[in-house]
Amino acid sequence: MSALLSIQGLSKSFGGFAALSGVSLQVGAGERFGLIGPNGSGKTTLINCVSGLLRNDAGSIVFDDEEVSRLAAYQRTRRGIARSFQVPRPFHSMTVLENLLVPSAYVAHMKDAEGEARAMEILKSIGLADKAAAHANQLSQVELRKLELARAMAAQPKLLISDEAMAGLAGNEVDEVLAILFKLNESGITIIMIEHIMQAVMRFSQRVICLDAGKIICEGTPAGIVKNVDVQKAYLGA
Amino acid sequence: MRFWIGAALVLVVLGAVTATVQYEYFFFAGYTVLMFIVLSTAWNILGGYAGYVNFGTPAFFGLGAYTAAVLYKATAAPLVLQIAAAAVMAGALGFGAGLLTLRLRGIFFAIATIALTVIMETVFINWRYAGGATGLQLLRPPPTAPFDSYIKMLFVVMGISAVVSVVVARYIERSWLGRGLRAIRDSEEAAEASGVPTLRLKLFACTVSGALMGVAGAPMPMYLSFIEPASTFNLNYAVGALASPMIGGTAHWLGPVIGAAVLSSLQQIITVTVSNEMNVLLVGVVLVVFVVVAPDGIVGLFRRLFSRK
Repeated sequence: MSALLSIQGLSKSFGGFAALSGVSLQVGAGERFGLIGPNGSGKTTLINCVSGLLRNDAGSIVFDDEEVSRLAAYQRTRRGIARSFQVPRPFHSMTVLENLLVPSAYVAHMKDAEGEARAMEILKSIGLADKAAAHANQLSQVELRKLELARAMAAQPKLLISDEAMAGLAGNEVDEVLAILFKLNESGITIIMIEHIMQAVMRFSQRVICLDAGKIICEGTPAGIVKNVDVQKAYLGA
Repeated sequence: MRFWIGAALVLVVLGAVTATVQYEYFFFAGYTVLMFIVLSTAWNILGGYAGYVNFGTPAFFGLGAYTAAVLYKATAAPLVLQIAAAAVMAGALGFGAGLLTLRLRGIFFAIATIALTVIMETVFINWRYAGGATGLQLLRPPPTAPFDSYIKMLFVVMGISAVVSVVVARYIERSWLGRGLRAIRDSEEAAEASGVPTLRLKLFACTVSGALMGVAGAPMPMYLSFIEPASTFNLNYAVGALASPMIGGTAHWLGPVIGAAVLSSLQQIITVTVSNEMNVLLVGVVLVVFVVVAPDGIVGLFRRLFSRK
């Protein structure tokens, strides 16, 4: 399996605090990859560095055979890295459909008619079609999460980073979002899932990495990870 | 299509008024109203669409005015050239200031734009050739045919500028540019993640907005036959340019037009009938009322009324 995303020696500090130190990992094309770790372990910092919201201090990020760590966030989106936000950030002055037209205009360079048709397809597949004309501030929590994913999809990504898309959702809603992510993966999109809900990560991921205090402490299959002593220590303390 | 007919109609009416009304004060006051339409429309491109509140209107307006005055003093260039030069200079200021300040967000950007006004005023206070602190007296050339008075000519010129700036703002609002700017206003991080080149788009908005403010300022030296720093870089321009879109509504190009027409007409009336101090108070009161009662402005209010039916 060839690596779609290859991170080498990635470091990021905020003042004297090292949020990430020397993180290296590879994600293969088409993989379902889980990223776990306790609060403050650097998960979101890591994906902010990958998506371009933050610049890494050291190390390299190679995506699709291209070094992207000096590119602006929008350029990385255009190369195929899309993300959802942990706290949903909809364009609240727009309707759900218009939210999707932003990436379809700026990434896919579609005209409005074409973009709308494509956006409706995405909304249908994600179960949000009946809300297309609703304003983003009228959506429920689970609908906002779906909108985050739908907007990311409208950017036609090769890699989708889902940042805690399920946090705070009820059990059946978790299943719903999980089913969406499985479907997207089947259509050929590589997915990195960051999640606190262990059960969801374990069901979804083919491979899992656990971060603690900015370092990778363990890598393996979901079944192997939960048995790992270091992971148990990081989560439960010891 | 309706918009273009409307725009043409506005120009025809302005021309007809110029040909029939003989009362000079009408043009003197009308010029100010039209000037605030240009300023508010220009302000709204960055402040309304992208949500970057700009208190630096006097800097761009003043640079436009001084560009025109200095150019006229040096070369006696015609008004059209003065306006073009003012647009270029104020646009360049928008680009340069944008590069330095548009990485700042929210209140920090607003503070930086106030500083910009102070800097520009200081520059012109200390520039002898441009008249320094005492100002520069300018002799108006005779009006160009078919106009019989210079003030009528300026009135029509400002009318054309208003139509042009509305056309520009409307184009931006309706194109992919407007969609990107709105995305920036709603969430800058999400906009970047959706492929919007936020810095470039903000720079573009700041440049266009600045250039149009320069256009609004360019005829000012000829309008007063005089220019001096304190009144040219007056904060009242910042307040007017900001208050009108807030009153009219920032989401639609019509908002700043209605807001400026209503607010500065009222101001003109109060200046004449009551006092000059009262008109500043009026802006404050009206602004507070609108922020509380109609946060989406007059345009938003109408939309709400219509959608309820």
